[in-house]
Amino acid sequence: MSRGILGRKVGMTQVFAEDGRVIPVTVVQAGPCYVLQKKTEASDGYNAIQVGFEEMRESLATKPELGHFKKAGMKSLRFVREFRTNDVDSYEIGQEIKADIFQVGDKVDVTGTSKGKGFAGMRKRHGARRGPMGHGSKYHHRTGSMGAKGPARVFKGRKLPGRHGGERVTVQNLDVVRVDADKNIILIKGCVPGAKKSLLILKESVKAK
Amino acid sequence: MDYIRMVEEQQLRTDIPSFRPGDTVKVHVKIVEGSRERIQVFEGLVIRRKGDGLRETFTVRRVSNGVGVERTFPLHSPRIEKIEVVRKGIVRRAKLYYIRDLYGKAARIRERR
Repeated sequence: MSRGILGRKVGMTQVFAEDGRVIPVTVVQAGPCYVLQKKTEASDGYNAIQVGFEEMRESLATKPELGHFKKAGMKSLRFVREFRTNDVDSYEIGQEIKADIFQVGDKVDVTGTSKGKGFAGMRKRHGARRGPMGHGSKYHHRTGSMGAKGPARVFKGRKLPGRHGGERVTVQNLDVVRVDADKNIILIKGCVPGAKKSLLILKESVKAK
Repeated sequence: MDYIRMVEEQQLRTDIPSFRPGDTVKVHVKIVEGSRERIQVFEGLVIRRKGDGLRETFTVRRVSNGVGVERTFPLHSPRIEKIEVVRKGIVRRAKLYYIRDLYGKAARIRERR
């Protein structure tokens, strides 16, 4: 069913299509991931595979983690995530998941943690427009009305300045431009959330077709 | 390991002559007309090179019918059939934007031998 892989964002560049057009791409160092645990309806109430990505020093893992890795017969892995899937049986514990689970032309959804923007104002955080800059305006980048005076309070959910970025973001329906399973590289058309070296979750697109 | 370099290396062209701003080049570009493909030559002065690796581009300026025309090409584009260096010039900057304001005798560039 749904295929997925973990990776790290390397950065962006561009490649030429066959007809010479330039395609902007994000380079993702994807996999190899290893299946750590199989979760089934019977045992856990839902079907999923748990995978780990990127080896790390043994000393960085907690004792419960170490036990979990040992049970799967794996080395310590830095990132552990789950992928919901209905055919859990087609995976083996310890099985390697490589970049070639995706082919050129596939559509993927990419999840990452967006770059933190700190405390941001209305314009950056909510796309508000500014007030006039001149003619004695004095109303340049302010937040605007807090609402009617009738309720004598500000409603919850009112858009205001605050912490922006650094949250989980998914971009849907991105094209896979190139896959290199030997070098564990996937090229994805366009940009994806997050800083370079940050963790990305690549999943088969839910909207494609 | 530099993955970006690795990705770009696959499409880098090795058949590009060395040229720099101030040189005059002929760029043979493949263009599609309807269903036919033909080669068009664009000759002019290189006024800048920018970018690095596969993303490098260069801009060629020519004055045609009294109108300045500038075209920017990706250096490694497969649409470029070939680049010929017609004349090498001596210039003292990397970006020759000042040439846009000059014409006639003032826009000449000394030749490098």
